[in-house]
Amino acid sequence: MTLALKTSASTTLPSRRDEDWRWTDLYGLLRTLPAPSPRIAETLQPGGPFKGLAKAELAIANGRHNWWPGADSKTVEFFEHQSPDNPYAPEELPMAAMAAEQALEPPVSIIQFNGDDVALLRLVTEATETSHHARVGVVVKTGVSATLLESYEGKGGRYLSNTLIEIIVEDGASLERVVIAEDAEEGVGVSTAIVRIAPGAKFAQTVLTSGARRQRIETRVNHPGAQAEARLDGAYLLDAQRHADLTTVVTHAGVEGVTSQLTKGMVTDQARGVFQGRIVVSPGADQTDARMGHHALILSEKAEIDAKPELLIFADDVSCAHGNTIGALDEDALFYAEQRGIPQAEAKAMLTVAFVGEVVDRIEHEGAREIAAAWVARKLGSV
Amino acid sequence: MLKIQNLHARVEEKPILKGVTLDVPAGEVHAIMGPNGAGKSTLSYVLSGRGGYEVTEGSAELNGDDLLALDPAERAAKGLFLSFQYPLEIPGVPALTFIRTALNAQRRARGEDEIAAPAFLKLAKEKAASLKIDFDMLKRGLNVGFSGGEKKRMEILQMAMLSPKFLILDETDSGLDIDALKIVSEGVNALRSPERGMLVITHYQRLLDYIKPDKVHVLAAGRIVASGGPELALQLEAEGYDRYVGAAA
Repeated sequence: MTLALKTSASTTLPSRRDEDWRWTDLYGLLRTLPAPSPRIAETLQPGGPFKGLAKAELAIANGRHNWWPGADSKTVEFFEHQSPDNPYAPEELPMAAMAAEQALEPPVSIIQFNGDDVALLRLVTEATETSHHARVGVVVKTGVSATLLESYEGKGGRYLSNTLIEIIVEDGASLERVVIAEDAEEGVGVSTAIVRIAPGAKFAQTVLTSGARRQRIETRVNHPGAQAEARLDGAYLLDAQRHADLTTVVTHAGVEGVTSQLTKGMVTDQARGVFQGRIVVSPGADQTDARMGHHALILSEKAEIDAKPELLIFADDVSCAHGNTIGALDEDALFYAEQRGIPQAEAKAMLTVAFVGEVVDRIEHEGAREIAAAWVARKLGSV
Repeated sequence: MLKIQNLHARVEEKPILKGVTLDVPAGEVHAIMGPNGAGKSTLSYVLSGRGGYEVTEGSAELNGDDLLALDPAERAAKGLFLSFQYPLEIPGVPALTFIRTALNAQRRARGEDEIAAPAFLKLAKEKAASLKIDFDMLKRGLNVGFSGGEKKRMEILQMAMLSPKFLILDETDSGLDIDALKIVSEGVNALRSPERGMLVITHYQRLLDYIKPDKVHVLAAGRIVASGGPELALQLEAEGYDRYVGAAA
């Protein structure tokens, strides 16, 4: 009986009746989980948007993995896990629970950093009206400094690509995760990252996305305090009828934790951006320092942004702040640029790139920062 | 050069310019003085094409081109430069990038080749040095955190780099101390040439001690109510605007 209920629940798509999914209604769009995606016919080649920045690469194409080892196969190792557990409750994390149950080839792919290195993680989709799931573990061993360059590369339409990524950053280790998500205009992409950072560890991420028909990139960080640091940045650049939802939940469980968050967005045409940022400071998590900023531009009358920044503070001695601004481009700055001879479309693109640039500038990996800057400029060139 | 005929303009249904006629030939510097609310800034915005200002009558031409038919960037490419009373801060866009983007956009609009990076940097270094601007400031966000004087010097630097045919200086003296005023005025004077015209808009006569005009016009209640030589500015300084405000009303 319990088993039957669980199976049924974890293939049910979240709908707007679920509080955490009210702005990203998958049920309303798809109704049921589409049939499984086929294997991608051609042999997948290493590459993606971060091509050349790392040799070690895990590419998961329509839910099936390919691993290319790095120059030193001991610094970054790859494992498969055949019989993992599923600790995710469908009512709390429906898509993570679904991925944990449905990912098959293999049930879990694990990238483990034993030494300082960079690895690519690519989630490649070539599908129409089908769905696939992947579950990836990323482990950064004690004291190791690692960079994960992750990409979502979607082609086709009306697919559902669902990814669960479980990240463990051990004592004194650090991980920078940079994500570029490029789904197909009619695709549906969901990615849920569950991040556990140990005392004294650092986790930093930057998510850049151009959205999809529906897209959600969610990050949940279990923060121990204990001088651990988390940085959670993002930028969504949406045109046409694209939708992107950047959701984050950071739970500070102990004293002296630091979280810094900066998300910027631009929506035009009939696009819709969603930002849900929650920082929870648990009882006793004193001396927490948490800052959250979400700032977005709406460049057309039919575009929409829904933002829900939340600070839930149950400790006394904390330093927490959040800021949320949504508006149009500064007309005065626009006229100033035009008066100097920059045509309006180019001036708008320049000002928008500059607006988003603050997020890109916080990327620490130099090569990734350059690729991110070029990606943003390319996306906004057509605005 | 600049010919303005019977120019009427309004903002949100409120008439501000009520028939301005003005002719600034190439090589001349004309000053427009007037009390607050006379329409001085409106004139500069209407000529440069800012949104929100509606021209209801009249014309404005630069070298025979109908300015009012062009968008602001096209007017700039034709050689019109407005130095802002309050230059904008543009975070995230270094001054060098901004100026190079503007220069190349203007050159493209005129069918010219874009300027090569080394030639651009050499020019920027020369002009910055002559205006006593630390070159490193040009690598920071345009005008971000700059003092009033620094912002005005950055306007002059842009003028020098873009080499416009006609300059409008809107209250360039506001917020400047005497040292900054001298540097800015020297920068403007260096741009005086037989091919270039200038319109210097100011409330106070002080600026005209440094940038000597060929003619002075008084703008009051949306019209030019008096024109004369530089002595008119001195007279205004001594007597104030009262009689013109009365005459225009």
